Amino acid sequence: MHRLTKKMSPLFLLIATHAALAEEVQVAVAANFTAPMQKIAAEFEKDTGHKAQLSFGATGKFYAQIRNGAPFQVMLAADDETPAKLEKEGLAVPGGRFTYAIGKLVLWSAKPGYVDDKGEVLKKSEFNKLALANPKLAPYGLAAVESLTKLGVLGAVEGKFVQGENIAQTFQFVSTGNAELGFVALSQVMKDGRIASGSAWIVPGSLHTPIRQDAVVLANGKGNAAAEALMKYLKGDKAKAIIKGYGYDL
Amino acid sequence: MFESTDLAAIWLTLRLAAVTTALLLVLGTPVAWWLARTRSGWKGPVGALVALPIVLPPTVIGFYLLVTMGPNGPVGQFTQALGLGLLPFTFAGLVVASVFYSLPFVVQPLQNAFEAIGERPLEVAATLRASPMDAFFSVVLPLARPGYLTATVLGFAHTVGEFGVVLMIGGNIPDQTRVVSVQIYDHVEALEYAQAHWLAAGMVAFSFLVLLALYTLNPTGRRK
Repeated sequence: MHRLTKKMSPLFLLIATHAALAEEVQVAVAANFTAPMQKIAAEFEKDTGHKAQLSFGATGKFYAQIRNGAPFQVMLAADDETPAKLEKEGLAVPGGRFTYAIGKLVLWSAKPGYVDDKGEVLKKSEFNKLALANPKLAPYGLAAVESLTKLGVLGAVEGKFVQGENIAQTFQFVSTGNAELGFVALSQVMKDGRIASGSAWIVPGSLHTPIRQDAVVLANGKGNAAAEALMKYLKGDKAKAIIKGYGYDL
Repeated sequence: MFESTDLAAIWLTLRLAAVTTALLLVLGTPVAWWLARTRSGWKGPVGALVALPIVLPPTVIGFYLLVTMGPNGPVGQFTQALGLGLLPFTFAGLVVASVFYSLPFVVQPLQNAFEAIGERPLEVAATLRASPMDAFFSVVLPLARPGYLTATVLGFAHTVGEFGVVLMIGGNIPDQTRVVSVQIYDHVEALEYAQAHWLAAGMVAFSFLVLLALYTLNPTGRRK
């Protein structure tokens, strides 16, 4: 027994010192940024020793949770309004807010050749279900409604709407084929710089308000070293390369 | 007070619960009867299958329904072959889901009622030359009335209280799949607390009154 503790004490020491340097940060991540953030978090942990605990969901939903005391320290939103609002309400640390990615909306179908590269499929209206994220909660859903309005087809397709609770559920509706097509984030269907499967139309940015995705340190994360480090890391070249690889603008 | 979308959600929920309960009473009666009478070794496995929705998370039911009713699932292939299209995101799909989800809440009270009746009344009926069908309708059904009342109330109330399954296969469509529980969730997430309160308090009052009615009208249900 005694010998065992002696043998193990260097290990304890190692764990103890590591714990003292490394902190943990709880991050609320917009669902469209799931895949890139998982990659970035892994690199972040390797490079800094800090740990990032990720939660994924709709931006509007996180906003409601944060207002009700959710323990997040950093928020990576799918828009720039929510972080600004949090800052104004004193729920975020002022001054540090920045745009970590500019999102792209895409009309996507799991079926190859179903969505043409001009989005004409929306006007033909031969589909039964068109999936989009809940526009009340998810900025990508709002951008989808704006685009449909600009195209003048909102009234014609509204009856075919299927709403995902966030963009991840919306993607699931389309990828299982339960909805023939839907508006999702380019990052969800892009792999290594091209559309990984199915058919897609990248919705022109002129059809909707730009999806500027802002990051902010929440009041809860003030003074948390890992939160500061993560914000810095997101501005670094390594993170930027990953973000661009998923089709985001920067 | 209530917005028009709230009223639409309430009406939809009542329709869903009514259709589901009616279907369950018809489908559940033979199942419960068989479970109450059989000496077969299958009684255990079938009883366990019927009870599964009580213990399974709604996500499990929702996930399997989505997969089997989707375009590549067996049920989805079947409904498409019949020209019915796909069930997810439709009212019919919610009915199918609710029948699974509320099955034990209808079958178990019926089974208990049938078991409580025992063999004796049926034997008497047989000596009076009543056919088994006749005996069922003129002897068993009246005797099992408290069981039917319990089954109806629980099946209806449980369907009204459904949330997780609907969230997974519903798609939040007004008048089709946006039931009260989903509407409350949307209100809460969007910080529309006043609207959420109206609906949520309504649900509390409804559930209390339903159970109160059950316990007052059906005191035998609690004696044991």
